[in-house]
Amino acid sequence: MELKTVQTPHVPVRYFEGGSGPDLVFLHAAGGVTAEDPFLNALAKSHHVYAPLVPGYGDSEEAPEIRDMLDFTLHSWDVVEALGLKDPILVGHSMGGMIAAEMAAIAPNDVSRLALIAPAGLWDDDHPIPDLFSTLPYEMPALLFHDEAAGAAIMTAGRNVEDPGFLQTYLVTNARQLGMAGRILFPIPERGLSQRLYRVKARTVLVWGDSDRLIPPVYAHAFKKGIKGAELVSIPEAGHMVTLEKTAAVVEAVSRLG
Amino acid sequence: MKFTWFNLMPWPYLPDDFREKNRSVWVDIDQRLFDPVKSHEVYNTYMDLLEYAGTLGFDGIGVNEHHQNGYGIMPSPNIIAAGLARRTKDAAIVVLGNSIALYNPPVRVAEEFAMLDCISGGRLVAGFPVGTSMDTNFCYGQIPSLTREKYAEAHELIIKAWTTRDPFAFNGRYNKLRHVNIWPRPIQQPHPPVHIPGGGSIETYDFCIDNTYSYSYLSFTGYIRAKALMDGYWKRVEERGAPDKSPYRAGFAQTICVAETDEEAERLYAPHIDYFYNRCLHVYPGFADAPGYRTIKTIQSGALSQYGRPQGFAELTWKDLTEGGHVIAGSPETVRQRIEELAKGLNVGNLFCLMHVGNMPAEKCMYSTKLFAEKVMPKLRNVFPDYADDDRFWCKPIANRVTPGSLPTAPTRAPIPAE
Repeated sequence: MELKTVQTPHVPVRYFEGGSGPDLVFLHAAGGVTAEDPFLNALAKSHHVYAPLVPGYGDSEEAPEIRDMLDFTLHSWDVVEALGLKDPILVGHSMGGMIAAEMAAIAPNDVSRLALIAPAGLWDDDHPIPDLFSTLPYEMPALLFHDEAAGAAIMTAGRNVEDPGFLQTYLVTNARQLGMAGRILFPIPERGLSQRLYRVKARTVLVWGDSDRLIPPVYAHAFKKGIKGAELVSIPEAGHMVTLEKTAAVVEAVSRLG
Repeated sequence: MKFTWFNLMPWPYLPDDFREKNRSVWVDIDQRLFDPVKSHEVYNTYMDLLEYAGTLGFDGIGVNEHHQNGYGIMPSPNIIAAGLARRTKDAAIVVLGNSIALYNPPVRVAEEFAMLDCISGGRLVAGFPVGTSMDTNFCYGQIPSLTREKYAEAHELIIKAWTTRDPFAFNGRYNKLRHVNIWPRPIQQPHPPVHIPGGGSIETYDFCIDNTYSYSYLSFTGYIRAKALMDGYWKRVEERGAPDKSPYRAGFAQTICVAETDEEAERLYAPHIDYFYNRCLHVYPGFADAPGYRTIKTIQSGALSQYGRPQGFAELTWKDLTEGGHVIAGSPETVRQRIEELAKGLNVGNLFCLMHVGNMPAEKCMYSTKLFAEKVMPKLRNVFPDYADDDRFWCKPIANRVTPGSLPTAPTRAPIPAE
């Protein structure tokens, strides 16, 4: 994947591009995405993948004026426009799934194929989603992965937690990235999507890890109920980071859209 | 120097195994540990202590705002302050403060502070904290990376409401108000003095300097550890081109315990200090700093929250705490020396004296407070003679104040109509 920049009305947006095949836009989760991401690279074998970073993620410029759900949604449409894409396959994971669903609800005639991987955006009082913003790094793997130990190894790979500079870099990255994500996810990751979901016209595939402990599979059924004709692909032995734990199965599910 | 007697109002009945059995004293503290019936006595005793300090010549008595917090049972400091305004005569009522980003609309703060100023006869010192991440983000649900923007707007609205004599429209991002026209308005003109509690954000330094507000560092870690942060503030005061370095541009909170001798201080107060530092400050680190609450600039400056380190304070002893300066305790002379060191070292004119500590009973608290007022305070009054006349950061009460409660117990005869 290659890291590039595209100008939008708000800020220059950094994005990864690679592969060939049908155009596909991938919107990342609150944790961000890197060029080495196995899921992106696997998708790129059969698709022309564009993966824009939310402003403030990675080395991208922050956009203080993007504050609420409508701002995020329209900004993401600005990015699609700036990339010169028409009706790409729209794929989003977690926070990115929430944004993708909003994009499809606000402009239903511009999205014909939608894949939502464990998307945020709905809330069920009987199944409260854990507070990601008060979760400490060492508590994350249990929340995000089916296999906690393997997940912990993925999350700490290449990081020297003993390095005194590490904490400051970590805090700055967190403030930039999760600070931005908090604008649509804090304190409850719900901004009225349930009222707009009926508008989605896209052929929709929902992908969910059976052991997702962050956004439990009960939410998969709520999305299935909300989007007419949506197809649910449940993946065993996978948590919220299903894209990392069962990469091939998620690629297969997304590929059903073309 | 100006001395404000401060009570955080800790809940005094946290069990011995609180740390082991609970992950946090704040945000998700076990509500069953609060006993409303017992709180009746706790609240009234705490208010009695504040009033007692008011009779001993302290310049101010102080209260603050915390939510869902085992060491502060004061989600509404204004309610306590209203009681104090009635039952005290001369002491400033220091409300440090109202977390203005949490009030919807913040006009409420302009109104309630105006009420306090009117009831007290102009004795209000107003505080506008951004609020801790625990209070503001985790308890009250404000979006971390938008909190400061909302705070700035609330501040603009309150000052405008206090200083504008005709109804005005306020078209903010967070507040849309067509008719702002507060009633009542404060006695003090153009408005009561403002103190801003901060924890090392550079933006807060600049905000205080630019508005002639006093910057208050409310830490529990004491004056020795505060040196770097306060030096940073004074450096900024210079860089920003402020006309002076008056010590009253700054305030500092310090835990203080006084006894006849150093040994007596340890004997009397050690258990309560232990209760506060080792039990009350047990905050779950996940609640310390919601990502986005602090600005990048502040994080990069390295000034991290006092709650940032894992597990807060790990079992500190009396020796650790007094030698490390978290606590200034001992005989009047020991305490005097160390406070002089604090005042001169940090260049701080407003001292917020944390004299009720943890589960300290009223009797001990009064003993310590009286010794401080009689044997320490008078000797420190004139630490900053060059700035003795600097009244920019303190309240200006009206001369003829009424005595509350001075109506006759019952009417003596039928009122005579005016005509």
